Amino acid sequence: MLRRNLPDPVFLEDKHMIECVNTSKTYKSGGEETKALDNVSFKINEGEFVAIMGPSGSGKSTLMHILGCLDIPTSGTYSLDGHDVSKLSEDELAEIRLGKIGFVFQAFNLLPRTTVLRNVMLPLVYSGVPKEERERRAKEALSAVGFPEDRYYHYSNQISGGQIQRVAIARALVNNPSIILADEPTGNLDTKTGEIVLGTFQKLNKEGRTIILITHEPNVAEHAARVIHIRDGNIIEDRRLKQRIISEI
Amino acid sequence: MNLNDILQETYTALVANKTRSILTMLGIIIGIGSVIAMISLGQGASGSITSSIQGLGSNLLTIVPGAIEPGRGQVSSGRGSAETLKNADVVVLEKIPGVAYVSPELVRRFQIIAPTGNNTNSSITGVSQDYASVHSITMAQGSFITDANIRSLSKVAVLGPTIAADLFGEENTIGKTIRINSTNFKIIGISESKGGSGFGGSPDESVYVSLPVMQRVLAGADYLSTIAVSVENEEMMPQVQEEITATLIQKHRVDVENPDFSIISQKDILSTLDQITGILTIFLASIAGISLLVGGIGIMNMMLTTVTERTREIGLRKAIGATKKNISLQFLAESILLTFTGGVIGVILGWLISFAVSSFAGIDASVSLRSVALAFGVSAGIGIIFGYYPARRASSLNPIEALRHE
Repeated sequence: MLRRNLPDPVFLEDKHMIECVNTSKTYKSGGEETKALDNVSFKINEGEFVAIMGPSGSGKSTLMHILGCLDIPTSGTYSLDGHDVSKLSEDELAEIRLGKIGFVFQAFNLLPRTTVLRNVMLPLVYSGVPKEERERRAKEALSAVGFPEDRYYHYSNQISGGQIQRVAIARALVNNPSIILADEPTGNLDTKTGEIVLGTFQKLNKEGRTIILITHEPNVAEHAARVIHIRDGNIIEDRRLKQRIISEI
Repeated sequence: MNLNDILQETYTALVANKTRSILTMLGIIIGIGSVIAMISLGQGASGSITSSIQGLGSNLLTIVPGAIEPGRGQVSSGRGSAETLKNADVVVLEKIPGVAYVSPELVRRFQIIAPTGNNTNSSITGVSQDYASVHSITMAQGSFITDANIRSLSKVAVLGPTIAADLFGEENTIGKTIRINSTNFKIIGISESKGGSGFGGSPDESVYVSLPVMQRVLAGADYLSTIAVSVENEEMMPQVQEEITATLIQKHRVDVENPDFSIISQKDILSTLDQITGILTIFLASIAGISLLVGGIGIMNMMLTTVTERTREIGLRKAIGATKKNISLQFLAESILLTFTGGVIGVILGWLISFAVSSFAGIDASVSLRSVALAFGVSAGIGIIFGYYPARRASSLNPIEALRHE
């Protein structure tokens, strides 16, 4: 077992928000099997800010898909917020994604031809929240990420890249999820705008949100409090680090 | 996700691709429009044929000499050659219960000369006083041939409006004299225009004289070409028809299998014509239906393109938590909204077409509620049928692959 060689991560005596036990994912293409994830086990507690880091092809995207309930493991288990979600059907996974996970992607985060406010309200539409409450909660989420109030009714193509990512974070927040899963959220941004977005994550983490950041850049990962390093489908390092705090935005 | 949300999403998506949506909708508009126009013109034509036949007289049984053999139709020369209907038959027929009027008629063509110098060849009908009641003839001017005219063998004539105009133009015709086959006749009336075409020429082109004058002076014959019988009410028609058959067979002393006369019921003719116009309507509507089908395929084509173009959007929606049902409903709603809007515009277009045709070509057209309901049903149905496959394709996309789609 690889994990024996690693220093044990120090867990707080908290609730396990995420628990992976011997989680593996195998892809078959043309009769050849590729192990994208090989018996990965780890826990993430409520309120943590974790970066999952690794080069491309390391299996971090596969791990992100499983953590985000977009896919299920081939073997092993994955529990989210106390529920085993590794055997669920497609529609059951959609329900989990709707209620427990907030996604922020690298690109194509917002619906085109749609206002900022409507973009943020989208998860609430799918969860059947009444109209008045949708608007109130979407505005709350937008103000939590520091999005300027005078642009709520701008279309998604009329705002800057940094603002797009903050709207995406607001949308991820709006359903009050268990975890926020960000896949290379600063990949398309310049350093300065990227810092602002990462600062937003830190602020939300300070408010008690569990945040998982997937990245291949070490200087992005160091904004988190813990880094899980992945290579060739295995965890090669799992350590706490001194967080690089970005001053309030 | 409630109906309001779906409609708003759908509207946004359709408006974003305005030109494409309108062009695709055009297929449905043309399809529904032509179905509506064809059905309403067909129904209108059938209605006007029915009313013009009913205008020739209601509850009418027409007895003609000679047999109508099944499959061969009536040989028209039979009327001229068969001389089996006699004046004496009329007396017997009048005694049959249920018979309202009996109108013996003899029709021949003669040259008619007016004092203006105009002349025309037209059919002259020798009639009794009941002719007007049986054939629902009303007078525009003057009076029809009366019982007194018949008994006194008066040489008087009533003209149809077309023939009166042909002979005298705009002039007042009453009291003028015309010459038929070297005999002078005084005009005592002009009949009202009926428009419809009857058997043996339009009533508007007829000239009426009294039957005894026709038989003795003009034709020199004692037989009849037709006996028209008007029945008291519609329910009694089959019964009266049987009674007439039995009476005439007995009177003419002919074989039951091989009678020397035939009875044409107006009802039979009406139902045959109804059948013909019905078939024509269905035929035209199915041609229009093909264009509707082509329109539907256009919808499917557009929806498939939309699904491909919006693959990443579908991926994003699914990642956020949209279920398969949410996605398929959204795309199904798009195609239904497209076809339904097309249907509404198509109904209006079809109504305008049939309105234009009826006012310019003179064919009556009636847009029935049934055909409108049918058009809406069909257009919504096309939306569901041709939108189902693209919607299913959208909903079964894998979110991971959809998000990676370029």
